[in-house]
Amino acid sequence: MIVRLMGEGQYRVEDALVERLNELDDGAEAALEAQDEVELDRRLDEMWQLVQASGERLADDDLAASDAVIPPSDLTLEETRRLMEAEGFIPDIPGE
Amino acid sequence: MAGLMSRTSAVVKAWISKLLDRAEDPSVTLDYSYEKQREQLQNVKRGVADVVTAKKRLELQAQKLEQDVVKLEGQAREALGAGREDLARAALERKTLAQQQLQGLDQQAADLEAQQEKLVAAEKRLATKVEAFRSQKEVIKAQYSAAEAQVRIGEAATGIGEEMADTGLAIDRARDKTEQMQARAAAVEELTAAGTLEDFTSTDTQLDRELAQLSASKQVDDELARLKGELGSGEPQKELGG
Repeated sequence: MIVRLMGEGQYRVEDALVERLNELDDGAEAALEAQDEVELDRRLDEMWQLVQASGERLADDDLAASDAVIPPSDLTLEETRRLMEAEGFIPDIPGE
Repeated sequence: MAGLMSRTSAVVKAWISKLLDRAEDPSVTLDYSYEKQREQLQNVKRGVADVVTAKKRLELQAQKLEQDVVKLEGQAREALGAGREDLARAALERKTLAQQQLQGLDQQAADLEAQQEKLVAAEKRLATKVEAFRSQKEVIKAQYSAAEAQVRIGEAATGIGEEMADTGLAIDRARDKTEQMQARAAAVEELTAAGTLEDFTSTDTQLDRELAQLSASKQVDDELARLKGELGSGEPQKELGG
């Protein structure tokens, strides 16, 4: 599976790692719902570290699409929430 | 898969499909997509330039604000010398607030620096991908049937669309940080500018006036003393007679 660390790049990760990521991810979503920024950041940081440590970095010129995208932990709760909304944080399509 | 990973992924995919929606014919999609990528790359380059300019301006502004804080200290000393402890205290209070805000400004400057680095790295990645897409696009056009091409284009465009979304986020965040810094710098400016402070009550506008008067009258006294020294004690009103 290909995972994008948003703002950092893409990694190919093993299935075993995906399972662990999903666990952390569930916790991250719960933390977001509970507005617990410390817990959210902790989960996201751990996900990033796992992917960076065990994943295989894709080359910058690789055009493969990602199966999952992990937001960065340095967003505020509000920024993360905006990112989750389709019309949210990602800016307008250029030239529109 | 549930949670933030899939939600974020869905947001990015929705953004990309919006980007590609308007072109049905594969070769049109290819050229259209490439055109959008070039636009986005230009946006990112402009974004980097804007952030660099704004950062330089804010650095200069911060330097000036540091000087203003020193000026408040001078005002306090002056007020104290004139036996006006109340004015000295008010000036020192204002100075302390301004210093706290300036410290916050340093932190924000560090944040902005970090965002700028990310933005520059994102620009580099996007430029590399746009170049890869350009060569891929010619291969796809030349070698594949329309149906196959559609699939391959979809993949490549999604891959690069993610990078475009990433750079968009990086620009957005760098701009946010810049605006936050500008707001804080403006707050310090209000603290150090005479008579415009909103947090102080109207008596403090009075305070500013008094400080100014104090300073002005002292200056007049000094001038007078100097003149007296130069002229002996002469006839100071003489020239005004005509």
